[in-house]
Amino acid sequence: MMKLSEPQIILSVQSLFRSFQMGEEVVHALKGVSFDVCAGEFVTIMGTSGSGKTTLLNILGGMDKPSSGGYVLDGVSVDTLKRDDLAKIRNQKIGFVFQSYNLLARTSAVENVELPLLYNSKIPVKERRERAVEALKMVGLESRLDHKPNQLSGGQQQRVAIARALVNDPVVILADEATGNLDTRTSYEIMHLFQNLNHQGKTIVFVTHEPDISAFAKRTITFRDGLLQKDVYNQSVQSAQEALRNLPPTDAYAEMSQ
Amino acid sequence: MRFSSLLKVALKALFRNRMRTFLSVLGIVIGVAAVITMVAMGEGSKKSIREQMTSMGTNALTITPNSSRRGPVQLDAASSTETLEEADLFYLKEHATWIKDVSPLVSANAQAVVGNNNWPVSLSGVSQDYLEIRNYQIEDGVMFDDQLDRMAKVCVIGKTVEKNLFAGTKAIGKSIRYKNIPLKVIGVLKEKGAGGFGQDQDDVILAPYRTVMRRMNATNEIRTIYANSIGEGYAAEATEEVLALLKERRHWTKPTEPFRVRTQEEMIEMMTSTSELLSVVLTAIAGISLLVGGIGIMNIMYVSVTERTREIGLRMAIGARGKDVLYQFLLESVMISLLGGLVGIFFGLIASKLVQEILSWPMSVSFTSIVVSFGVCFATGVFFGWYPAKKASRLDPVEALRFE
Repeated sequence: MMKLSEPQIILSVQSLFRSFQMGEEVVHALKGVSFDVCAGEFVTIMGTSGSGKTTLLNILGGMDKPSSGGYVLDGVSVDTLKRDDLAKIRNQKIGFVFQSYNLLARTSAVENVELPLLYNSKIPVKERRERAVEALKMVGLESRLDHKPNQLSGGQQQRVAIARALVNDPVVILADEATGNLDTRTSYEIMHLFQNLNHQGKTIVFVTHEPDISAFAKRTITFRDGLLQKDVYNQSVQSAQEALRNLPPTDAYAEMSQ
Repeated sequence: MRFSSLLKVALKALFRNRMRTFLSVLGIVIGVAAVITMVAMGEGSKKSIREQMTSMGTNALTITPNSSRRGPVQLDAASSTETLEEADLFYLKEHATWIKDVSPLVSANAQAVVGNNNWPVSLSGVSQDYLEIRNYQIEDGVMFDDQLDRMAKVCVIGKTVEKNLFAGTKAIGKSIRYKNIPLKVIGVLKEKGAGGFGQDQDDVILAPYRTVMRRMNATNEIRTIYANSIGEGYAAEATEEVLALLKERRHWTKPTEPFRVRTQEEMIEMMTSTSELLSVVLTAIAGISLLVGGIGIMNIMYVSVTERTREIGLRMAIGARGKDVLYQFLLESVMISLLGGLVGIFFGLIASKLVQEILSWPMSVSFTSIVVSFGVCFATGVFFGWYPAKKASRLDPVEALRFE
């Protein structure tokens, strides 16, 4: 477990507002949200669709800008940055994991993982490959380096995506429904991976609408109608490894579904 | 992003859609090959005309009576009131400093007859300077002499005439009957080939001009005088002097010019202007096919950007700047066009060679046209790739990732 004696705030949002113009109507997606995330935390953000959690994640990821409010990531005021500087933040401080993996088709696993380093011209070609292989090792895919996405299962593809999020050594990993496309067993396997990464000190913000997924995190923030509804620290964090063990064996699963 | 990485990404994208890339490249290939071939055709015909004109004598001046007006009626040169005379010839010979050779040209038209053979050929009455002016050389025998052969019934013939009238036997010493007057062949000209007007320069019979004037035409009129400036680049001075001397001898006071002098340079321009227009038109048509090729690139880049919207969104989400995306797509279109350019140049050269061999059209592939087409290709790629690439670079990452 991480020591939380001297928690260092890595991500901080202050009264964040975000509204969209939808034709005549103005939709308020975020109506003043404030919270901090410390280094080494594993936070899930819960909420029904339309609660504003995806909008928040886009802002946290530097892909969208708040209408008003402050956002500081690793000491940088992200809300005031220009387009190119935002790209740099995304490139060097953030690791994204998407629901639909978003791997480049017909491109090998290791090349997919290298991609973020491609946009950082400080990293030499040789180091790119080394770091990509290292990241794939961390997600347990060292034997699938040259497999193309269509040669990998859904879980493996998401592992490649996680390796891609790890490769630039980000200060925070942002996951958007990262288990949404996966079956229960594979979901738990991915959560197990996330827990492991968290144990190694990675800060993780994980957006989901499945309560059983949030049970694996130390902290759960719940959103409703663009407002922060609940922010609770999970007293009994479930181990994904254990949850996996408690699942019925794969064959039984198949019988049950018939 | 490093250029090497950019190059790799672009290459990969192009290679992934091989057929599509091939077809876009093909559009440019056809355009470039067409431009190169057309330019080669135009340049080639100009060059060959120039060469032929040069073979007629580079420093030659042609003096003819100018057309004159009678009231409002513009009369052509043939009906001009002023005519050239033998005296003009002597006057120019005596006083001109910028010209060195002068010869009249008096023509007669009839069949030349030798025994049972006859051949239609124009008889040119000239002075001995004519050889120098028109770059003729005597191969066999001698040229007639202005003083000794004033009205002599002699002639010097070209190779074509010799071939047609004497059928392989030696012509020297034999006689040709022209308008029932026997002309003794005293010389044969060295072969020269086709001239600038496409005529056979070896299809000539030269005779002393007085012989032609008095014996054949029964006139003293000289339609044309040929002269030779003292060297290359003195055409303007020679022209001015000739006109001045001719007026001086006549005590000419009217404001009109009685004569007109054409330099060889003017003749070349006259001759090449038609072929120049043709080559401009052909090149423009070829250019249009290059334009169509460019539009093909633009089309394919648009499809590519739309198709890869999610990819662009992802690249942006993991740190690609608008610039990086812009360069990636721009590089793709430039690579298509440059590849098309290279292959197009290759095929253009082959096509030029084929046209030369099969149609025996004079071709001249210039280095400039190759460099220019290559440059145009690069510009085409940038120009037609710019808008789709710009569109890609302006995508919003959130929306691009959501694109279905």
